[in-house]
Amino acid sequence: MTSPLLSVHGLKVAYGGIHAVRGIDFEVTKGELVCLIGANGAGKSSTLKGLMGLVPHSGSIHFDGERVQHAATHAIVARGLALVPEGRGIFGRLTVAENLDMGAYIRNDKPGIKADLARAYELFPRLAERRAQLAGTLSGGEQQMLAIARAMMGRPRLLLLDEPSMGLAPLMVRKIYETIATIAGEGVTILLVEQNANLALKVSHRAYVMESGAITLSGPSAQLANDPQVRAAYLGE
Amino acid sequence: MKRVLDSLRRRPRLAFALLTVLLAALPFIMGFGLGNSWVRVLDFVLLYVLLAIGLNIVVGYAGLLDLGYIAFYALGAYLYAWLASPHFGLHLPFWVVLPIGAAFAGLFGVLLGAPTLRLRGDYLAIVTLGFGEIIRIFMNNLNAPFNLTNGPQGMNLIDPVRIATFSFGKPLHFHGLTLPPTYFYYYLFLAFTLLAIFIALRLQDSRIGRAWAAIREDEVAAAAMGINTRNLKLLAFAMGATFGGLAGGLFAAFQGFISPESFTLWESILVLCMIVLGGMGNIPGVILGAILLTMIPEALRYIGDLQRATLGHVVVDPSDLRMLLFGVALVSMMLFRPAGLLPSRQRKREFAAENGVAEQEQASLYDAKA
Repeated sequence: MTSPLLSVHGLKVAYGGIHAVRGIDFEVTKGELVCLIGANGAGKSSTLKGLMGLVPHSGSIHFDGERVQHAATHAIVARGLALVPEGRGIFGRLTVAENLDMGAYIRNDKPGIKADLARAYELFPRLAERRAQLAGTLSGGEQQMLAIARAMMGRPRLLLLDEPSMGLAPLMVRKIYETIATIAGEGVTILLVEQNANLALKVSHRAYVMESGAITLSGPSAQLANDPQVRAAYLGE
Repeated sequence: MKRVLDSLRRRPRLAFALLTVLLAALPFIMGFGLGNSWVRVLDFVLLYVLLAIGLNIVVGYAGLLDLGYIAFYALGAYLYAWLASPHFGLHLPFWVVLPIGAAFAGLFGVLLGAPTLRLRGDYLAIVTLGFGEIIRIFMNNLNAPFNLTNGPQGMNLIDPVRIATFSFGKPLHFHGLTLPPTYFYYYLFLAFTLLAIFIALRLQDSRIGRAWAAIREDEVAAAAMGINTRNLKLLAFAMGATFGGLAGGLFAAFQGFISPESFTLWESILVLCMIVLGGMGNIPGVILGAILLTMIPEALRYIGDLQRATLGHVVVDPSDLRMLLFGVALVSMMLFRPAGLLPSRQRKREFAAENGVAEQEQASLYDAKA
C-alpha cells in the first residue's frame, strides 16, 4: 500500500475543559473520498479545524509525509489543504468573481488561475451567471457551490468539506453531492464531514464513524452502510 | 452642474488640471475671500484628511474598530516635540523627525495590535479606547520623576518646519504682500495628504487590500484561503498608526505647542465620525467626511456674530449648536444615507441588497433543478 496522503494519530482538540476530540487516528490515501460521519457534537468539525490549525490541538498530523501540526493555518493551506468551512464562510460583501479570486490567493500562476476559473464556471454555470453579484445575495445552495468552487481555486491536494448539505433544500443537496462526486472523479482527494450518513456513505469510498470525540467504527462505505449498528444509529432503521 | 461633472469625467486631463489649479489657489481664494483664519482651517482640514485616511485603513479596509486612534497622533506629535524643541535641547530637522515619528507611532500600532489579535468588534473597540486613554494619561503625568512630557502644561516652542534657510515659522513679505505661515503649511500638508491618498488608493486594489477585505468579511474563511491573518492585521494597525504619527508630527510643527488636551477621546471619535459620515472604506467619501466635519464647525462660528448683529447679544452659543448639529447630521445620515455620503461600491451594494437577499433565498429554495 502507498503511504497515505494524510495520516492522523492521537488527535485531540479541547476547548477549555471540554474535550471535543479525544485522540483519534485516521488516514486518507491519495485519490480517495473518505467521509467522517457522526451526530451533532461528535467532534467532526473540531477535527477539521484541528487539521487546519484553526483551534489548539495535540497529536500528530502528517500530510504527504511532513508534520503539519502547530503550523499556522496559512502555512497549512500553502501545503495543499483546503477547507470549505461549516456554514460556508463566503465573503458576503464581495462579488462571486472576487470570492473565487480570493480562493487563488496563494497562487501566482496567472494562466493557471484563469484556466481554473473557467473550469469552475463550467462546473457551476450558476456562478458564471452571477459572477458580478454580491455573494451574500446568493441562495444557500449557490453559496455552498461558491464555497466549494472557491476552495478548488487553490488547487488543493486535499479538500476538506464540512457539512456541505447543511441547511439546504433536498434537491440542492443532491446537486451538491453530484458535484462532489464529479470533483472526486477528477482525482481530487476529499475528506468529507457529514451528519447526513446516508448520502455520505453513498458517495464515499471509506468511512469513519465518530461518536463523542472518538472513532467507533471504520471501513469501506458500502460495508458500513449495511452494518446493522450504523443503520440503527444513523440511518434511522 | 451634473452636465459639467459628466463632461469633466470624459476629459480626465482637463479635470486633473482644474483640480490642480484649484488646490494650488485655494489658500489664496480662502485667505483673500474669507480672511486668513480660514487658511488655518484649511490646514486643519488637511491634517484631518490625513488622519481619516490612516484610520480608514484600520477600520474601513481591515474592519478593526479602533477607538484610540488619536494616541498615534499624540505619539507622533510628542516625538516631534522631543526631537525638535528646547525641551531636551534637540533641534533636528523636520525631514529627520517626521519619519522617526511616523515609525515610532507605527511601532506602537504593532504593540497595540499584537495583544488584541484575537479580539473583534466591541471587545477590540474597548481595548483600543483604553489604549488611547492610557497614552493621553501618560502624557499628562510624565513630568515626574523625570520630565518627559511637561505634564498638563504641554510642550512649547516646538521648531517650525525649516527647508534650507527658509523657516515656515515667520510670515513672508513679498512685494508688499504678507503671507502668514499657514500658507506654507498648506502646501506642505497638501503634499503629504496627496501622498497618503495615493498610497491608500493603491493599497485598496492590491493583494494586501484584498486580503484585508477578506479578513473584514470572515476571518476564519480568510485564513482558510491561505491569508496570514495575524501579519496582515498587524500591518493594518501599523500602517494606520504610521499615518497618524505623521499627522501628529506635522501638527506639532504647525502649532508650535502641544498638550495632552489635544488628544482626547473626543478626537478619536471625531475622526471615526468623519469616516462613517463620508463612507467607510471609500477614499473620496473619507475625504469628504473630513472636510465637512472640520469646516462646518468653523462656519458655525458666524452664527454668533449673526446673533449679535440681529438680536444684540448671543442667545445660543455656537459651540453648543455645533454638538447639536453634529448629532442631527449623524442621525439624518443613518436615516437617509446609511452607507455614508459617498459610500464605497461594496457598501452601497450591501445596503441596497438587504431586501433582495430574502426574496432571492425564497425563490431559489425550489429552483435546484436549474
